Amino acid sequence: MSVLLVAEHNNKEVKPFTLNAITAASQIDQDLHVLLIGSKADDVAKSLSEVPLVKKVLHIDHEIYENYIAENYTAAILKHADKYSHIICSANTFGKNLMPRVAALLDISQVSDIIKVISPDTFLRPIYAGNAFATVKSNDERKCVTIRPTSFEAAETAGGSAEIEKIDAADKTENTKFINREEIKSDRPELGTARIVISGGRGLQSGENFKLITDVADKLNAAIGASRAAVDAGYITNEHQVGQTGKVVVPDLYIAVGISGAIQHLAGMKESKVIVAINKDGEAPIFSVADYGLEADLFEALPQFLEELNKLNTIQK
Amino acid sequence: MKILVAVKRVIDYNVQIRVKEDGSGVVTDNVKMSTNPPDDNAIEEAVKIKEAGKATEIIAVTVGEEKAQETVRKALAVGADKGIHVKVDGTIEPLAVSKILKKIVEKENPDLVFMGKQAIDDDCNQTGQMLAAHLNWPQATFASKIEVNDKSLQVTREVDEGLETIEVNTPAIVTCDLRLNEPRYASLPNIMKAKKKPIEQINASDLGVDTNPRIEHIKIEEPPKRKAGIKVASVEELVQKLKNEAKVI
Repeated sequence: MSVLLVAEHNNKEVKPFTLNAITAASQIDQDLHVLLIGSKADDVAKSLSEVPLVKKVLHIDHEIYENYIAENYTAAILKHADKYSHIICSANTFGKNLMPRVAALLDISQVSDIIKVISPDTFLRPIYAGNAFATVKSNDERKCVTIRPTSFEAAETAGGSAEIEKIDAADKTENTKFINREEIKSDRPELGTARIVISGGRGLQSGENFKLITDVADKLNAAIGASRAAVDAGYITNEHQVGQTGKVVVPDLYIAVGISGAIQHLAGMKESKVIVAINKDGEAPIFSVADYGLEADLFEALPQFLEELNKLNTIQK
Repeated sequence: MKILVAVKRVIDYNVQIRVKEDGSGVVTDNVKMSTNPPDDNAIEEAVKIKEAGKATEIIAVTVGEEKAQETVRKALAVGADKGIHVKVDGTIEPLAVSKILKKIVEKENPDLVFMGKQAIDDDCNQTGQMLAAHLNWPQATFASKIEVNDKSLQVTREVDEGLETIEVNTPAIVTCDLRLNEPRYASLPNIMKAKKKPIEQINASDLGVDTNPRIEHIKIEEPPKRKAGIKVASVEELVQKLKNEAKVI
């Protein structure tokens, strides 16, 4: 049986985490079909068909799918899911919202947020905010699986030529209405896929002081993260939150500034390749995961950091 | 309007988790337990809606072993009117919990069901969506703001891109994010009063729900440890290390 991956997109482009999920799905079974549910999303269908790991693109095109509503997506998936051994999507807010609804209706106990495919029925997943890893085997005949995108490489996007099959839409719910989405547009790299992330915590003391972070981020072409405390205090908006209940990031370089390092924050960043911590409290738990710790007042250290970066001849982008 | 709030008892969020040496799970003996944090937000929101005169009754429900009752008792102390404890021993998966909650919903007929968006122990993030599916109700997940209207809710959801607002007709399921509100502490008099509020006990087996796990936990292990880092003495040294040693800038 083949596996079915549900794509996330905005009717214009595939969202990057879908490419990571494609890699994971192809490790479960190479006969990978991608389901694209959208409205006037032919460009997305085409780009998915060019992903070499994708064997077939199933495209449902209907205006009811202009905005993503889990109820409508679920009905569409169920209409076409019966010939697949696995239904898969990324474990971000898109997939977290969607997959359990699908799994419940198929009477499948979902395996959430896997970080490794051990075999088609056995997976590794973090539990307790990543403080333990569980090897789990699903005994359901068919599986619903969500993929932690940062644990898998993004699939190649060029060179493939999968068939695109148009398939039927399902019924639309009358009980849920999309109102709006406030997307903050930014020229910075996306937090989930950035090579460098610099995050601020409660130590920043105010939203204005986040400028110290953004100045360094501009210099390094970094994405900006934050601890839950900083978001709760209103210093910065929610989509920047890194941690157990926010986003998980695995950049080459993670710089934590004024973040004490609660377990819940570490859950979102401790797999980063290189971690820097800048904190004036030498006992802060963040230092226990930092490759380079600097015990210093961030209000002095960050301007100095920028100054030192400015002295460098070249900076990797 | 009646609101059902589902709560779960988990290892307290401040506890450093220890994995058992035999790989069978994590140490829970003599470990502080408390209500799953976003479930506290769910209770708080229900109480606020009742205080605003838009709800008449709040029922707190939990599914779990004998001691799980403590979380219901705590919900009663902050404002729930009655409690339900569905008793079940051993591991229970979100799929089974959602089927049990469906039975409770059919019995109590609430207009809204609230719960936390995710439990901080298994980090599954499934139960609310699954319950919505079983009931064929709309779902509003990861809520950071809820506006109660006559026959609908307007819910602001925290999504990867920022904030999304949807409208769902009631009855509906809402899963709550940590930023929805600031959960209150129970006052001592309210804790005393809560002891007199009723908690109905039901055995999961009497509900006719199959609670057998479908997922086998083959091994629980500690994640790989990071190798110890160093402290640098100055910003200059830090930049030099990042450039020449780690080679990341």
